[in-house]
Amino acid sequence: MSDPEQTYSATAEVGQIRRRRSRLERAWIELKKAPPSAIFGLVVIAIYAFFAIFAHWVAPYGQADSSFGAYLPWGGAHLLGTDQIGRDIYSRLIFGAQNTIGIALVTTIISFALGGGLGLIAAIMRGWTDLILARMVDVLMAIPGLIFALMLLSIFGSSTWGLIIIIAVLDSTRVFRLARAVSMNVVVMEYVEAARLRGEKLGWVMRREILPNILPPMVAEFGLRFSFVFLTIAALSFLGVGIQPPTADWGSMVRENATLIQFAKYDLKGAITPLLPAGAIALLTVAVNFVVDWFLHKTSGLKE
Amino acid sequence: MHPIVKTVLQRLGLGVVTLFFVSLIIFSAIQFLPGDFGEAVLGQSATPETVAAFRRELGLNKPAYVRYFDWIGGVVQGDFGTSFSGRDSSGVDRSRPVVELIAPRLGNTLFLAGMTAIIAVPLALFLGITTALYRNSIYDRVVNAVTLTTIATPEFFVAYILILFLSSLYPVFPSLANIDPGMSLGDKIIKTTLPALTLTLVIVAHMMRQTRAAIINLLASPYIEMARLKGISARRIILHHALPNAWAPIATVIAINLAYLVVGVVVVEVVFVYPGVGQLMVDAVRTRDIPVVQAAALIFAATYILLNLTADIIGIVTNPKLLHPR
Repeated sequence: MSDPEQTYSATAEVGQIRRRRSRLERAWIELKKAPPSAIFGLVVIAIYAFFAIFAHWVAPYGQADSSFGAYLPWGGAHLLGTDQIGRDIYSRLIFGAQNTIGIALVTTIISFALGGGLGLIAAIMRGWTDLILARMVDVLMAIPGLIFALMLLSIFGSSTWGLIIIIAVLDSTRVFRLARAVSMNVVVMEYVEAARLRGEKLGWVMRREILPNILPPMVAEFGLRFSFVFLTIAALSFLGVGIQPPTADWGSMVRENATLIQFAKYDLKGAITPLLPAGAIALLTVAVNFVVDWFLHKTSGLKE
Repeated sequence: MHPIVKTVLQRLGLGVVTLFFVSLIIFSAIQFLPGDFGEAVLGQSATPETVAAFRRELGLNKPAYVRYFDWIGGVVQGDFGTSFSGRDSSGVDRSRPVVELIAPRLGNTLFLAGMTAIIAVPLALFLGITTALYRNSIYDRVVNAVTLTTIATPEFFVAYILILFLSSLYPVFPSLANIDPGMSLGDKIIKTTLPALTLTLVIVAHMMRQTRAAIINLLASPYIEMARLKGISARRIILHHALPNAWAPIATVIAINLAYLVVGVVVVEVVFVYPGVGQLMVDAVRTRDIPVVQAAALIFAATYILLNLTADIIGIVTNPKLLHPR
C-alpha cells in the first residue's frame, strides 16, 4: 500500500521554495567535515567549560576546605589526594578550571575591547591619532610582556582585578596591531567611504561597516590571545605573584605541590599530582590551537 | 651615503629612542606607589624622622625630571640605587646597593642563557634543515608533532617532567641548580643541565619550525627548480643553493628566540632555584622591592630590545635588494 505522503518526487522537491539553512544547521554541517584534531579540540574545550561552569556542583569539597590530613594519597575519599595543608586536589583542580579559565577569558575580552576598538579608530582616523597610538604600542611592545607584568604587579600589588587589567592592557597591544592592520584594508573600500559621506558617526562605521569584514581573523586571534593570556596568568600564579591563595588556580597548584616530585621513587602517583594542573594547562592550550587552526583554514579559503 | 648604512643608522636611532621611552616607563614605576609607602618599607613603628630621611634619600622632594636624570645618570655608571629590603624602622640601614645584588646573578643568568644557546641553535638548525630535506617523511612528522607540543606547553610543565624523569625516577642530573662562584666549571655545567635543557626544548621548537619554513619557501623558487633539473642531489641543493639565501630569515629567527629566552629564563630559574636575575626579580616583586625590580626590568628590557635590533639589522644587511641598489 503506497502512501502518497512518503513517496519521493523530484519535481516536488524542485518545486519547493528553497529554504535557507539555519545557522545551527550550517554549523553542524561544517562540524561533520572537521578534521579529527579540531573535533578533539572542541571536545576538550567543551569538557573544560562544563567543569568550569558547574564547578560548585561537580566538586566534592570546597576549594579552600583544609579540614583533611595533609598529603593524603590517591584514592578513597580523595580521588587525587590532598595538598600540603590538606585541601582536596580533585576539587581544587575543578575550581582551578573555573578561576584560571574565567580570569583568562575576562582578560582576553577586555584586551579585545580595548585593543580592537583603538585599532579600528586608528585605522579610520589615520593621521595623528594613528601615529601616536602606533608609537605608544611600539614602546609597550618593546618590553617583554612577562617582565612588564612583573614590574606593574610589584607596584600595584597582586589583586585579581589588578592582574586582569595589567595583562589586558599589555595584551591589547598585539590586538591593536592586528585590528589596525586588517581594518586598514577595509577602510579604503568604497562602501566605507559611502557610509562616511552620508554622515554616519564613527561608532556606526566601526560596528556596521568594518567589524563584520574583519571578524574571521579577529576570532582566530581571540583563540590565540586567549591561550597566550592563559599561559601568562598561569606563569605569574606559578611565580606566586598572580592569583592569590586560597583561590584555587592551576599555576599556584603546581608550585605548592612541586616538592612531591622528589619522592617519585616511593610514590609515583603522588609525584604526578603537581603535573596534573600543569598538564591541564597544556591540554587546553593545545586544544584551543587545534580549533583555531581549523577555523583559520576554513575562513581563509586555503586548500591543501 | 650607502643606503644600507643609512637604514642601519635609522634603526639604531629608533632603538635608542625606544630605550629612552622604556627607561622612562620603568622609572615612572616609582611615581605610582601610594604616598605612604615609606611606612610600608620601613615598618609600622618607623618614626617620622626616619620616614622623612628615607624620602629625602629617594629624592622625593625634587621634581620628577631631575630625579629621572639622576637615576638614568646613575644607571649609565652602573649605579642602580639601594635596595628597599634590610631597612629598619629604627633607622639602622642594612640595605645593600642593587648592583651588589644583581651583578653576580647577572653572570649566572648569562651562563645559563649562553649554555642554552650553544645547545639550542645548532640543534634547531640541524633539525630544521633535515626536516626540510626529508619533508613529509615520518621523521619530519614526528619532529613537527613534538615541537608543536612543546610550543603549547608552559615552561614549568616541561621543567617538572624533566625533573620527574631525569632527576627523581632516574637520578641522572640534580634538580636543584644552586650553583655558587666557588664551584668548578664541570660542576656548574652538570647543575645547569636541566634548566638549560628545559629552555632548549622551548626555543628549539620555534627556531626549527621557522628554519624549515624558510628553506621550504626557497625550494619553490625557479633557481632551485633549475638546479634540480640539472640533476644535483637534494642534499647539495639544500646546502649550496637554498641555505645561503635562507641565512637572513634564519639569523632573524635565532635573534628573536634568544630574546624570548629573556622571558623564559625567569620561570625556569624559579623552578630550579637557579640564582639568576629572574629569580631575584620575582622575589623583589613579592617583597615589593622597587629599586631591584626596576634594575632587573631595565636589564631584561634592554637585552630584549638589543637582540630584536640585531635581528632587524641582520635582516637589512643581508637583504640583496638593499645590498645592490640600482
